[in-house]
Amino acid sequence: MIVREWLFLTIAACDAAEPWQLGFQDAATPMMQGIIDLHHDIFFFLILILVFVLRILVRALWHFHYQKNPIPQRIVHGTTIEILRTIFPSIIPMFIAIPSFALLYSMDEVVVDPAITIKAIGHQWYRTYEYSDYNSSDEQSLTFDSYTIPEDDLELGQSRLLEVDNRVVVPAKTHLRIIVTSADVLHSWAVPSSGVKCDAVPGRLNQISISVQREGVYYGQCSEICGTNHAFTRAPGNIGRLLSPLWLSRTTRGATHPRSKLLQRAAGAVGSQGARQ
Amino acid sequence: MADEIELKTAPADFRFPTTNQTRHCFTRYIEFHRCLAAKGEESYECARFAKYYRSLCPGEWIEKWNEQRENGTFPGPL
Repeated sequence: MIVREWLFLTIAACDAAEPWQLGFQDAATPMMQGIIDLHHDIFFFLILILVFVLRILVRALWHFHYQKNPIPQRIVHGTTIEILRTIFPSIIPMFIAIPSFALLYSMDEVVVDPAITIKAIGHQWYRTYEYSDYNSSDEQSLTFDSYTIPEDDLELGQSRLLEVDNRVVVPAKTHLRIIVTSADVLHSWAVPSSGVKCDAVPGRLNQISISVQREGVYYGQCSEICGTNHAFTRAPGNIGRLLSPLWLSRTTRGATHPRSKLLQRAAGAVGSQGARQ
Repeated sequence: MADEIELKTAPADFRFPTTNQTRHCFTRYIEFHRCLAAKGEESYECARFAKYYRSLCPGEWIEKWNEQRENGTFPGPL
């Protein structure tokens, strides 16, 4: 986490793709933090092996010279080294497997019931989001479409091909269940900051559980080829705006509240005010 | 907060532990209608199932199924 408010240095976290970016975006969920930690674990062993192999290779090339080593040796057996070079490389994957399986199984574990369910439905070439937890009848879902803002309509400071007109608004530090599906062809809903990528398959509901730990605006893009404008479709549209528990009190006053005024306002906030907060 | 707002949604169902929740949504919908058939239209217990299937199932699917039920072509064990 990069935010250091006590030092008065609030550096913006990287939640969208940066030009020439090499590393991950900053983690916003424990899952993404786990993925980054696993990456570091594996990378360590990777460097070990790389250095070892390069050393052997360079050494062999360097000493392969008719004056330095005129008589080549023909070694075809060497029991000790054969045993070592079999055992050692099989131990390294065991060290890699331990954090890897730990993360894998923890991702699937359902520890707590989700607090809110959001449906993300992929269309060609936009997203529809439905919040249906407070319906009293079949037709009352809070539903809205999320289109990418075309380049000509961007305001100063907005990211090209990442901004959408209506963002998904979601409470922070809450267990969310996101149900991803599609209305026409395959899409995929991905938010790198949250470590989420889930295919949207027509006729199937895929569930992902996340718990975003910090407020912010997170961006993602469609991750499964879905036609001409695939590159111009934002997956979550930006999962924008994770608000604090304030969201709870302002938006959801039980089933009697009409369609969560703050939610609607926040969801449509991009066009009028840009990225507020 | 003076009034604690409770966020509630369909709970994780251990019958459907995997990522694919299609059957979960379908099962809740069927449970609701079977509950209605068993207990009558105005039952309070059935409202629980209604909230669950509305949370899980996309609106288009629900509309389609409602139409199918009206036409008598619904493919599930109602």
